[in-house]
Amino acid sequence: MTSRTLPILMTVLIAALLAVLPALLSPYQQDLAVRIMIYAIFALSLGLLVGKTGLVSMGHAAFFGIGAYVTVLASPEYEAGSLLVMVPLALLAAGAYALVVGALCLRTRGVYFIMVTLAFAQMAYFIFHDTAIAGGSDGIFLNVKPVLMIADHTLLDFAEAKTLYYFVAGALLSCFLLLALIHRSRFGHALAGIRSNEQRMRAAGFQTYWYKLAAFVIAAVLAGLAGMLIAVKNGSVNPEMLSWHESGAVLMMIILGGLGTLRGAVLGAVAFILLKELFASEALMGQLAVHWQLTLGITMIVFVAFLPNGLIGLAKWPKLTRRAGAATPSAIKSAS
Amino acid sequence: MDLTTFLIQCLNAVQYGLLLFLVASGLTLIFGIMGVINLAHGSFYMIGAYMAFALAPLFGDQFVLQLFAGVLLAAVLGFVLEWVFYSYLYQRDHLQQVLMTYALILVFEECRSILFGNDVHGITLPPWLSGGIPLGGMMTYPLYNLFASGLCLLLAAGLYVVIHRTRLGMMIRAGSSNRDMARGLGIPVRLLYRLVFAAGVALAALAGMVAAPSTSIYPGMGGHILIICFVVVVIGGIGSIWGALVAALLVGFVDTFGKVFFAQFSGLSVYLLMAVILIWRPQGLFGKAS
Amino acid sequence: MTSPAPMLEASHLQRHFGGLRAVDDASLTLRVGELHALIGTNGAGKSTLINLLSGELPLSSGSLSLNGQEISRWSQAQRARAGIGRSYQRSTLFEAFSVWENCRLAAQAAAQRPWQLWQSARHCAHSSARADAALLATGLSALADRSAGLLSHGQKRQLEIAMCIATEPRVLLLDEPLAGMGAEETERMLALLMQLKQAHALLLVEHDMDAVFRIADRITVMVNGQVIACDTPEKIRAHPAVRLAYLGQDHD
Repeated sequence: MTSRTLPILMTVLIAALLAVLPALLSPYQQDLAVRIMIYAIFALSLGLLVGKTGLVSMGHAAFFGIGAYVTVLASPEYEAGSLLVMVPLALLAAGAYALVVGALCLRTRGVYFIMVTLAFAQMAYFIFHDTAIAGGSDGIFLNVKPVLMIADHTLLDFAEAKTLYYFVAGALLSCFLLLALIHRSRFGHALAGIRSNEQRMRAAGFQTYWYKLAAFVIAAVLAGLAGMLIAVKNGSVNPEMLSWHESGAVLMMIILGGLGTLRGAVLGAVAFILLKELFASEALMGQLAVHWQLTLGITMIVFVAFLPNGLIGLAKWPKLTRRAGAATPSAIKSAS
Repeated sequence: MDLTTFLIQCLNAVQYGLLLFLVASGLTLIFGIMGVINLAHGSFYMIGAYMAFALAPLFGDQFVLQLFAGVLLAAVLGFVLEWVFYSYLYQRDHLQQVLMTYALILVFEECRSILFGNDVHGITLPPWLSGGIPLGGMMTYPLYNLFASGLCLLLAAGLYVVIHRTRLGMMIRAGSSNRDMARGLGIPVRLLYRLVFAAGVALAALAGMVAAPSTSIYPGMGGHILIICFVVVVIGGIGSIWGALVAALLVGFVDTFGKVFFAQFSGLSVYLLMAVILIWRPQGLFGKAS
Repeated sequence: MTSPAPMLEASHLQRHFGGLRAVDDASLTLRVGELHALIGTNGAGKSTLINLLSGELPLSSGSLSLNGQEISRWSQAQRARAGIGRSYQRSTLFEAFSVWENCRLAAQAAAQRPWQLWQSARHCAHSSARADAALLATGLSALADRSAGLLSHGQKRQLEIAMCIATEPRVLLLDEPLAGMGAEETERMLALLMQLKQAHALLLVEHDMDAVFRIADRITVMVNGQVIACDTPEKIRAHPAVRLAYLGQDHD
C-alpha cells in the first residue's frame, strides 16, 4: 500500500464509521457527535485561513454566528423553513460580511491583523446583542426545523435527529473534499506560498492581497455553513456564538489538532470538544468540574508550550497535503 | 444639547479616553518593546478592579493609600508573571502567543470566579471623594471623575517624562529597536523587560482600580476593555505612546457622543471609526508605514 | 557596433526618507545582452535603488520604463509579471517546499488561473516545464526533491537565481548573488551569469570587485545616493572620482 492510498483508505474508513455510528450511540451521544461534526466544519474553515494561508484571525466566530442568525431570521415563525432558501442566504450573508471586513483587515499585517479581525467580530457581536434586529442578548428561537422540499415532496425533514446527523456528516465530508481539492490546486499552492514567504510571492508576480481575500471569504462561507447547521441542530441562536471566546475556542481546536492539515483540524475539533466534556463532567472531575475553564486553560498552555505541532504531529500520520504544503507545520510568520 | 450637558459629556469623554490610555499604553509598550501580543492584558485591568474590591475593607477611607498598595501588588504580579510565563513567549510566533495568552485569560477568569464569585460588586468611595461639583446651576459633576481624570493625566505625563527624559526610558527605547545591540552595550535587557512588563501590568491594574467605583466590578470587564484597547492601538499605531494617547481620546469622544446621538447603535461607533482609519491609514495615525 | 535598444530605463530617480536622500537623481539603462554592475560603498543607496526598480519602494520622483512602457506607478507584482525578475541578498525562498516546487510556484505566477480548482498544481504543464528548465540552467536538477531549507548556502543562492529565471523575465535584478560563496561556487555562478546575459538585461549589485570587473559590460558607481560614474570597466578603473571615493588603495 503506497503512502498515496493510505489517507484515501483512512478517509473511506472514517466515512463508513460515521455511517454506522447512529446505530451504536445513545441519543445524547448522537447529539454530541453532530455537535463535533459541525465544529469540525468550523475548524476546517479556520484551518484554510490560519493553517494554509498563515492569516491568524481572532474573529472567525463572527461568520459562524452570522450564518446561524440568518438561518433563523430567514425561517418563518411557525412553520418549517425551506433549506433551499436558508442555506444560500446564510452562506451569502457570511460571505458578504467577510468581503467587507476582509477587504479592510487585509490592509494590515501581523499583529494588527489579529486585532482588527477581533474588533470587527466584536462589532458583529454588538449588532446582534444591542440592537433590536434579533432578540438582543436572549437570542431567538427556531420554532420549527427546516425541510428540503422540491415540488411538494419532502426529501429531508430535520425534525428527525437521524436526518440531521446524516446531513451534517455529508456536509462535513463535502467540506473536507472541497478543501482537499483546494489544497492541491494552484490556488492552494499559492496560499501556501503566501504563508511561507509572501515577499517572494510578490516578487514572482502574485497579487497576494486578492489571494488572501479569497481565502478569507471562502473560510467565512464555510464557517457560515457550520453556523447554519448549529442553528438547525440547537433550534436557537444567541449573540455568544459571535463572541471572541468562540473565536478563541476554534483557534485552540486547530492548534490542538495540528496546523496545516485537514485531518488535524477535524482531530482538533473532536479532541477539544471531548476534552471540554471530560473537564466539565462531575462524574470524572468531581469538585473540579465546575471550574473546567481553569483545567482547560492550563491544559492548553501546557499543550501549546510543549506540543506546538498538535496531535497530528504526535501521530505522524501521512498527510493529505504532501510535499508542496508545509512539511511540518512550521511557525507562522504573520509577516509584519 | 445645551452647553452644560455638552461640557459634561466632554468631561466624560476625556475621562474614558484617559482610562483607555492607561491600559492601551501598557499594551502598546509590551508589544512595541518585547514583541508580545498579550490578550490577557484586559485581565490585568480586571485584576486591578477586583483587587480594589478586596483591599477596600482593609484600607477604609484611605483611598490613595489603597491605590498605592494595589499598584505595588500589581507590579509584583507583573514581575513574577514575566519571569515564569511571558519571557518564554518572546521567541514564539504570534499564533502561539495569542493562544497562550488566551488560555491565560481562561485561567484568570476562573480564579476570579473561585475567589470572588460571579456577582457584580460595587465600591463605595470615601467621603472626600464622593461629592459633586456644581455645573451650570442645575447639574453636578461627580468629584471622583475629576479626580480620576487628574490622576490619569498625571500618569500620562509621568510616562512621557520617563520614556523621553530619563536614562531608563532611553534604555527602553534602545531595547525596543535593537535587542542584541542593547545587550551588547551592557543594558540588562532581561531585567528591563521584566520592569517594563511589571509597569504595563501596574498601569492596567491601576486603571481598573480607578474605574471600579464608576463602572462597578463585573465578570467580563477584562474582555470588553481589551478589545477597545486593541482598537485604540490600531488607530494610534503600535508602539507609539503618543499615538495611544491621541487614539484613546478620539475613541473616548466617539464612544461618549455616539451613545448620546445613536443610542441603539452606539456600540458600533468605535468600530466604524477604526474602519475609517483602516481605509485611510492602515498603519495607524502614528504608526510606521510597512 | 550599435548597442541594443534599452530594456529598462530609469531617469532621475529620487527616494527620500524624511530629510535623508537615499537615492538622489539616479539614472540607469539596462539592455539585453549587457551585464550592468552597480557598485558603491555601504550605504551608497544600492539596495534602495534596486528596491525602486523592482517596485518594493515607491519613487519619490523620477520615471521608469520597461521596453518603452511607463511603469513608475506599477506594483512589484505587476512589474514581475511584465518581466522584471529579482533575487535577494538574503535568500528569500520557500524553505519548507522542495527545490522543484520553489521554482514551479514562482513560475505559476505567469499562468495563475486560481479558479481552476480541479487541476492539481503539480500537473500544471506550464509551470512544471519552466521549473524543469530553470533547474537545468542553474544545475540544480539533481536536487529537485530536496527540501529548500536543507540546502547549503551556495545551493540556496543558486536556487534564488533559479526562482528568478523560472518566471522567464527579460530583466534580472540580482542583489549580491555571490554573497558568502566559495571560489568554486563563484566560478559556477559567474558562468551562469555570462550565459544568462545573452538573453536578458542583467543588473548586478556586488561587492566582489574581481568578479565585477571580469564580467561586467558597464559599471555604475554610487556614492551617498548619487551616481558618480557610469562607464565601461576600464574607464571606471581609471576614473579619478571613483578611485578616490571607492576603490581606494587597499584593492588591486
